[in-house]
Amino acid sequence: MHEMSLMESVVEIACETARANDARAIRSIRLDVGVLSHVDPDSLSFCYEAIRRGTLAEDAVLEINRIPGEGWCLDCGKTVALTERFGACPDCGNHRVQMTAGDELKIRDMEVI
Amino acid sequence: MCTVCGCGTQAVIDNGKTPAAHGHGHAHHHDHGDGHDHHHADHDHGHPHDHDHHHHEDHGHHHAEDGAVHYGKGIAGVHVPGLSQERIIQIETDILSKNDRHAEKNRAYFARNGIFALNFVSSPGSGKTSLLVRTIEALKDRVAIGVIEGDQQTSNDAARIRETGAPAIQINTGKGCHLDAHMVGHAVEDLAPGAGSVLFIENVGNLVCPAAFDLGEAHKVAVLSVTEGEDKPLKYPDMFAAADLMILNKSDLLPHLDFNVGLCIANALRVNPRLQTLIVSARTGEGMEAFYAWLEASAARQAAKAA
Repeated sequence: MHEMSLMESVVEIACETARANDARAIRSIRLDVGVLSHVDPDSLSFCYEAIRRGTLAEDAVLEINRIPGEGWCLDCGKTVALTERFGACPDCGNHRVQMTAGDELKIRDMEVI
Repeated sequence: MCTVCGCGTQAVIDNGKTPAAHGHGHAHHHDHGDGHDHHHADHDHGHPHDHDHHHHEDHGHHHAEDGAVHYGKGIAGVHVPGLSQERIIQIETDILSKNDRHAEKNRAYFARNGIFALNFVSSPGSGKTSLLVRTIEALKDRVAIGVIEGDQQTSNDAARIRETGAPAIQINTGKGCHLDAHMVGHAVEDLAPGAGSVLFIENVGNLVCPAAFDLGEAHKVAVLSVTEGEDKPLKYPDMFAAADLMILNKSDLLPHLDFNVGLCIANALRVNPRLQTLIVSARTGEGMEAFYAWLEASAARQAAKAA
């Protein structure tokens, strides 16, 4: 369950940022999580429920924005859609695809009051 | 409503849009729109519906108008600048940035003191501890080696290492499934490895989570035993993609198994074309010389880079 420590980081970073901005509370937190990244969004939401209690993010809604996978196929010389990490190019079937999007794991922004 | 699990409390949005597709101005607009949805949801609890609708329409037009509406809806109509107004704060921070900061501290400490650190990752039972014990026995006259052992519970592994005479610190992660850079930083303080020494960090037996956590090591070494499947690198690609060296252990058992070494290495290279591979038996010592050579060459290369 490394989602638990990831969510601890999220809440910690969000609360620090909120305090630095003199906010009273956090309304929402938005994450970018790529579909090819190694975390499970349901699991993140589940862990968030446990972690937010008693923090500035207690009533904050967590929104997880999925980023679709994309890669650069060296053989086709173009950007192609990737549905699995280290997957094959959907056009030529070769595996020489460098992932360019879908690996994101970051806090994009949050809404505070 | 969550589009992934269908639950009503958490929003998981799969909008299929990449942020890169929008310019900066657009990104702001979208941020705001999404942020508004939450506000709207919140107000469902305490405010009459007509307020929500009014607010929603206003919002659809302009940022400035939106601000004005918020002021009017404040408690008792009072507006204190900077307090009652909702704001969007851009964070754009990697979730792992906290761990990565600790990892950078560890890496800087290792570089300053000429310590060569390796992070051993594998599934439980691949023979990591046996591999370390054998390596320490073979090299202890030439190199100072310290070990940080990570397990959920017990100090059994640290005790096995200490029997070789090498200093070892046990980290029990309790509920945790991996070591993080902060834990390792504290363990390094306790262990105080000498200048020019080699540090082995044996991660928690887990082929999933430790892949994401940089500990400040020079290389991740993935240990796979031939009693596992050839397709492990495909089933757990993150770990093999993050590793620089894969050690295929328990080669003495190969005559008794149907394990296809070539296929296993091909699978690993599909996930990580840069991966180096070694085939060893920590039990009989077969192939271990190649690992010692890799270890000393890599440590020398790092020392040369730092100098």
